[in-house]
Amino acid sequence: MITALHAMAQFALAVLIAPLLPGLVQVVKAWVAGRRGPPALQIYYDLLKLWRKGVVLSTTASPWHVAGPAVAWVALATAALVIPAGAAGAPIAFKGDALLFVYLLALARFCITGAALDTGSAFEGMGAAREVSFAVLGEAAMITALLALGLATHSVSLETMLAAGGGTGVALLAAGLFFVLLSENARVPFDDPNTHLELTMIHEVMVLDHGGPPLAVVLHGAALKLLLFSLMLVQVVWPLGAMPLALSLPMLAGSLVAVAVAIGLVESLLARLAFRRVPLFLTTAFLLCVFALLVTRGRGA
Amino acid sequence: MTDALNLLIGLVMGLNLVALASSRITSVISWIALQGLALGLMPLLIEGHHTWLVWPVAVATVALKGFLIPSLLRRAMRTVHIDREVRPLLGYVPSLLLGAATTIGAVALGAMMPLLPEHAHVLLAGGSFATASCGLLLMIVRSKAITQACGYLMLENGIYLFGLLLIGSTPLLVEAGILLDLTVAVFVIGIIVDRIQQEFDSLDTSVLTTLRE
Repeated sequence: MITALHAMAQFALAVLIAPLLPGLVQVVKAWVAGRRGPPALQIYYDLLKLWRKGVVLSTTASPWHVAGPAVAWVALATAALVIPAGAAGAPIAFKGDALLFVYLLALARFCITGAALDTGSAFEGMGAAREVSFAVLGEAAMITALLALGLATHSVSLETMLAAGGGTGVALLAAGLFFVLLSENARVPFDDPNTHLELTMIHEVMVLDHGGPPLAVVLHGAALKLLLFSLMLVQVVWPLGAMPLALSLPMLAGSLVAVAVAIGLVESLLARLAFRRVPLFLTTAFLLCVFALLVTRGRGA
Repeated sequence: MTDALNLLIGLVMGLNLVALASSRITSVISWIALQGLALGLMPLLIEGHHTWLVWPVAVATVALKGFLIPSLLRRAMRTVHIDREVRPLLGYVPSLLLGAATTIGAVALGAMMPLLPEHAHVLLAGGSFATASCGLLLMIVRSKAITQACGYLMLENGIYLFGLLLIGSTPLLVEAGILLDLTVAVFVIGIIVDRIQQEFDSLDTSVLTTLRE
């Protein structure tokens, strides 16, 4: 009973604080640019506003247009159930949940791209095509990173895999995962979350025709996804799971803020990559993870 | 010491791949210069050979590979007004993947070599094969003469790494000879690049395949 309550509280907290992370990124970006940006809680206001609005559907849209974002959100929220949060552990942990995590993220992507294609607009189709073609490389990097972690800890459960930190190849692994984080969450060197030119963007263009509650669900899902990747990156760098609870949780919170600041700085200081250069950088992320895997294997043998 | 050395060799192998993936020729030259600096530090980190000889070797390597040769190449660049490979013979992603595969293969090969016990846990042999083959790859897949010269430098860096294994028995005499040759060769390449530019208006070596009067 206590564990169930604990798991539910932790899950509710993750869902609640997720929009804070992109909000912090916005604050950092505004601070670097020297302007007074939106407050850190802006995304909560946006979500509330969207939730009260109605939905306008195009004539070609099928029920999948609304169902896709909902299923994607459920998949991401389920993924939030298996990712550990420092010494507090994961709400649910079982053997093989790392595989479930990967597949849930893939399911969320499938639903969002499906809903984007469903609007029948050429732009959304283009965005969906870009999203999945970059995801091929990003997913390869993430699966390799999970393999390296699994090899280091002899486990396939995220809770034990992330408890001890990344081990010997930690710098390589962290760099690779940060690249994946930026690409999967449509952040600057790969995509620009602010641009509204359909020809250059990836994630934003897929949801151009969504409005009202479905868009709110998409936005919250994106925030959750950023939280998931940040949690993973942070726990690869620090062995938070092995620390005492009183030290682990403040460090976790501090590191999450640090990740948000890092993303904000990257967004402020770098320009978006030319489109044809994106695969090169994702391949680099993949190779960083491959070398982390080999270093782990070399040390283990 | 072994860990620091292995880290440096890892850095050198990483720089191979970064150089293979960069499209700007100036940045390729900078990566090769950084690689030269890393190579210069290595004689100081090799265990059991702390004679006075390692210091002049380190200083000479840093000066030549880290500063002199890159500055010669940069000067050649300035005279010809080009700054990037427009049409590489092999794209950047394939050459990066090929380089990574070569590196992994080279390290595996290095681990199979019958080395002396004191070198058993150092990546020198593997790093040497990796750097030499990445240099060869860079020479093959790029079409501009200056990038090919960079590949040649990388190849020589690999040979230098292998020479470090023998630092006890042959105190870098061969190395010194190669380094001297190399400086002269880069100097000559600098002049040739200038001449090619004047004669053909292009540094693309693939158009220099037919003989004419």
